[in-house]
Amino acid sequence: MKKILGFILTIGLGLLIIFALDSNSSFDDFGFANLSNRVSSHYITKGSNVDIIFGETVNPESGPANIVTSIVVDYRSFDTLGEVTVLFISALGVSLLLGSAVTQKRMSLDFKPNFMLRVGSRALFGIIIMTGVYVTLHGHLTPGGGFPGGTMIASAMLLLYLADDQFRAKIKGFKILEGVAGSLFVIIGLLGLVVGTYFLQNFLPNGTVGDLFSSGIIPIVYILIGLKVGSEISGVIDNFLTEEEAQ
Amino acid sequence: MIQYAAILLMMIGLYGLLTNRNVIKIIVSLNVLEIGLNIFIISIGFVYDGIAPILTSTNNSSALIFVDPLPQALVLTAIVIGVGTTALGLAIVKSIYSKYKTLEIDEVEEQ
Amino acid sequence: MTTIDSIMLVLSVLLLIIAFLAVSEKKLIKSVIFLSALSMLSVVAFVVLKAPDVALTEAVIGSGLVTALFVFTLLSIKKEEAK
Repeated sequence: MKKILGFILTIGLGLLIIFALDSNSSFDDFGFANLSNRVSSHYITKGSNVDIIFGETVNPESGPANIVTSIVVDYRSFDTLGEVTVLFISALGVSLLLGSAVTQKRMSLDFKPNFMLRVGSRALFGIIIMTGVYVTLHGHLTPGGGFPGGTMIASAMLLLYLADDQFRAKIKGFKILEGVAGSLFVIIGLLGLVVGTYFLQNFLPNGTVGDLFSSGIIPIVYILIGLKVGSEISGVIDNFLTEEEAQ
Repeated sequence: MIQYAAILLMMIGLYGLLTNRNVIKIIVSLNVLEIGLNIFIISIGFVYDGIAPILTSTNNSSALIFVDPLPQALVLTAIVIGVGTTALGLAIVKSIYSKYKTLEIDEVEEQ
Repeated sequence: MTTIDSIMLVLSVLLLIIAFLAVSEKKLIKSVIFLSALSMLSVVAFVVLKAPDVALTEAVIGSGLVTALFVFTLLSIKKEEAK
């Protein structure tokens, strides 16, 4: 009974969505999106009348060569602050539910990893951390940024947890790092309010499009976001793999 | 074509969310729903013969035809929030199991 | 049909099949593996739709972190059941 009702409901909802979007004049056909009607044309031309040339334009409205980065950290950076808050709340909830015991040790499972695995994974750990740091630092020039870079750092910690049976990271240090990075993001926003005119304004000079040291506070903000996301997800993984120490 | 597939993916995830009894299958269906939603949002901004919205040394002018960058920025946020939701949901599943000793929501409701 | 259209057709069929298997499978571990495969196929879809940032983020998260969290939950449930 429940299955038939669920089936009818989802089929009805799917048909409603498809028919509402099919002949709508304000929903462009797939592949023929008209960007001149949308706000994205302002993001692409960065509000100027001349074309933005990679390596030549000096001090545009927003500096990154990666247009998605300029939307996430410059034009709509308040939404990024909201997302960092949501991630913080979910990590807080996991730590409240699973980490409430006073003393904790690693969860003991049936299989034990090999000695070669334990030692050899430390070499791979360095390579993954370096890739994560590279992707975070070059967020304004290549695809990537703080969010993939932070999760790559968390994947490196996950590798260490999987390869060694008795490994526990220093969780206190991670929590302090997470708190400091989040507060610095808000403090930089408040600095934009004091030095400039609005919260999270880009108050450093923008430089040339395509240089490594360009686009103002955007690399700094992405480094802070990368550190925050990486340490948060590492804390979540540690909470999932520990259990209460039997007295 | 991929827009129809994304809408059907959302409906499959919603059907799984409504009719499954096991709590872990409910969270798997929620993830399927989120994947379908992300593909649909990005497919809104697609332009045939457009290029990825990054200025490089080969695509160096802003007068070329780009794909819409705004849905990509929104989906970037949505993916990371999905991870946070899944982590919190799985922590709740662990607490449910250690308290009620079962994973079916019918038996949890009876107790 | 152009090349991109035929790639999208094959991708759509594969996505729907694997999603249906993930939602209706009885054993839990097979359902989690199908979810991981669905995540990987969605990365291919993002690359075809010319979105490199999103593809990079989803590849790291879908392959490593979400699957690992599911497997850790299943392991701890199995361990508590055996006690």
